[in-house]
Amino acid sequence: MFRISTEPLDPAALQRTLADAHAGACVTFEGWVRDHNDGQPVRALDYEAYAPLAEKEGMRILDEARARFAICGAVCVHRVGALQIGELAVWVGVAAAHRGAAFDACRYLIDETKARVPIWKKEHYADGSTVWINCATRGDFAKPI
Amino acid sequence: MITVHIQYFAILREQRGCAHETLATPAATAAALYEEVRTRYGFSLPRDRVRAAVDETFVAWDTPLRDGHTVVFIPPVAGG
Repeated sequence: MFRISTEPLDPAALQRTLADAHAGACVTFEGWVRDHNDGQPVRALDYEAYAPLAEKEGMRILDEARARFAICGAVCVHRVGALQIGELAVWVGVAAAHRGAAFDACRYLIDETKARVPIWKKEHYADGSTVWINCATRGDFAKPI
Repeated sequence: MITVHIQYFAILREQRGCAHETLATPAATAAALYEEVRTRYGFSLPRDRVRAAVDETFVAWDTPLRDGHTVVFIPPVAGG
């Protein structure tokens, strides 16, 4: 399952969806909102997604992980909206018979999600400025907009 | 001329000043449509930093546009 959520994520409930008698390992990854980026103090984040395409691309990434790694199940849920420092932005969980596949698949899922899924992050800095991450262009690079 | 629906997200939504619009356009491809709106609204991102999606599917820039298509331009993503 790959889902975009406007509500806070519940890791315990998500992990229960992976329960499987064949699984001997469960690896999870939590992405948290941190208070700094590139040396700048961060006050809060906004996440935005193109949900229909995000969920479609996310399901494709899950299919790729199932084809590449010997896993029993995998889940990725990404939060959108206004998030505060310390909040959970993304949760990835993988269950597998053995830990190697679970670690590898979990890493694959978060890396591909960050690289490909249409989700955007706007950082709000302590000085009041904001930046859409990865969207700086030559001429305005490193200059808050 | 065809009529297409455009949805804007993130930096493009802010630079456009709205989240969606319906536009009559002579653009024959996704690429031509991006260049049209980029020029009109002063988008900062060149086309090589953006991807195109039509009707909820990623497409190549030379994809022909048809009447009624929903087009979304995808600025650089930053999930996680």
